[in-house]
Amino acid sequence: MKDRHDQPLVLLEQASIAFDDSPVVDHVSLSVNRGDILTIIGPNGAGKTTLIKAILGIQPLTSGRIHKSPSLQIGYVPQHLQLQPTLPLSVRRFMALTGASETDTRAALERTGIGHLFRKSVHHLSGGEMQRLLLARALVRKPDLLVLDEPAQGVDINGQAALYDLIRAVRDELQCGVIMISHDLHLVMAATDRVICLNQHVCCSGYPADISHDPAFVETFGRPVAESLAVYHHHHTHRHDLHGDVIEGQPDVTQCEHNHAPS
Amino acid sequence: MSPNASITMPLLDPLLNDFFWRALLGGLGVALLAGPLGCFVVWRRMAYFGDTLAHSALLGVALGFLFHTNLNLSVAATCVVLALILVLLSRNRALATDTLLGILAHSALAIGLVALSFMPDVRVDLTGYLFGDLLAMTRQDLAWIFGGGLVVLGLLWWLWQGLLMATIHEELARVEGYPVARLQLVLMVIFSLVIAVAMKMVGVLLITALLIIPAATARRLASSPEKMVVMAIGFGMVAVACGLTLSWNLDTPAGPSIVVSAFVTFLLVYTLIRRSRA
Repeated sequence: MKDRHDQPLVLLEQASIAFDDSPVVDHVSLSVNRGDILTIIGPNGAGKTTLIKAILGIQPLTSGRIHKSPSLQIGYVPQHLQLQPTLPLSVRRFMALTGASETDTRAALERTGIGHLFRKSVHHLSGGEMQRLLLARALVRKPDLLVLDEPAQGVDINGQAALYDLIRAVRDELQCGVIMISHDLHLVMAATDRVICLNQHVCCSGYPADISHDPAFVETFGRPVAESLAVYHHHHTHRHDLHGDVIEGQPDVTQCEHNHAPS
Repeated sequence: MSPNASITMPLLDPLLNDFFWRALLGGLGVALLAGPLGCFVVWRRMAYFGDTLAHSALLGVALGFLFHTNLNLSVAATCVVLALILVLLSRNRALATDTLLGILAHSALAIGLVALSFMPDVRVDLTGYLFGDLLAMTRQDLAWIFGGGLVVLGLLWWLWQGLLMATIHEELARVEGYPVARLQLVLMVIFSLVIAVAMKMVGVLLITALLIIPAATARRLASSPEKMVVMAIGFGMVAVACGLTLSWNLDTPAGPSIVVSAFVTFLLVYTLIRRSRA
């Protein structure tokens, strides 16, 4: 077991990808082991999505090498899934397309907190519910490596924090590796183990506490962002469930500064 | 049109000697194929793509006359070749896809018409190819519809999960191990086969309507992809039966009558029946 943890799940060596001779990903090296959470941040057009597509095996490298551990099972949560409304699809049917049994499907949906949506149409889900459904689809495949492309896009701010908490909890349970792209810098910093700041090449990489002081990071995101991250510590005073209601009995509900409308 | 004597079926023989029943049988067979394929056209937004392929069928007819091959085969082959060209051209994004399709659709139709005019010794019923000539359905046509139909339905049944997943999300399907590029190729071939067998019935200009109208009607009521396919087949068959009856009694052209019937069903379903919750 220990040996398996020492072997990286994915190892990229000097990976480059170019479209029409213009480099999109430039000599990137990285590795992810079991239990790691690696977050890729960077400005738009930095090649983040292209890089993870290479890891997923759906984008060939122009040069460089990629090693994956044998029989690596990847769970993928794509960016901003837009489903054709012309295709009638229930949550149950969408999950069944993974080939998973109904028991496993229900367990995965419960784990991501959307068990009650089993029979609902996927076209009636909110942004947060859809991301949790995609995560459940990835989990039901029992992945060794979880790859997420901006998992919190279209999710409100409290939902985002809960989603990142969920991803971390899943990592602990499955002992899988996690690679994710994110724009939610302050949340990422709290949730992640390692950060790579990508702008075609790797600008800087390291641990969240160090990286916000890195000159290259300050260069990329500007001083105000870097400073706000350095002092930001995410903490909860209360929790919301998926409907946005405050969960009773959770700590410090009274410290809420905003008003909760009676439901 | 005398019935083709080379194919005989003991039980069906009395029926098949009557051209109305041959037409109905052929029409129901085409509706059986148009249902599932039409659903893919609606799901994948391929309506214009289908139109382009259908328009190229006339070129296939011209080539078939030129090389003295079976017309169904030459139409299917022409459609496959054009589908491949379309896929390749749409990858290098010099032109927007709809522009590209617009150019190829009408050029293929025009080339087909010009090519046919160069063959004075070939007497072609052009109206029949453009708008369908269901009542001239021969036993050989029926054999093509049901033989080709068996192949198409078999392929769809076998590859259903993969085709569905690739339709829902291409990259997710690839990561989950489905051979998406090959599945798309199979769908193109299926598309071409269906156009080849449906052309005789509704004509190249109306094939797309027979594909998308029943499927769009079914969408209103269906709660799963499979139910939508079954309902689309049902609505297609109703349209064929109504259209043929209309054509028989009022002496209207068969293809357009079928499309009008499908359209009326569509209007009725969308105005009278409450939307499905899926």
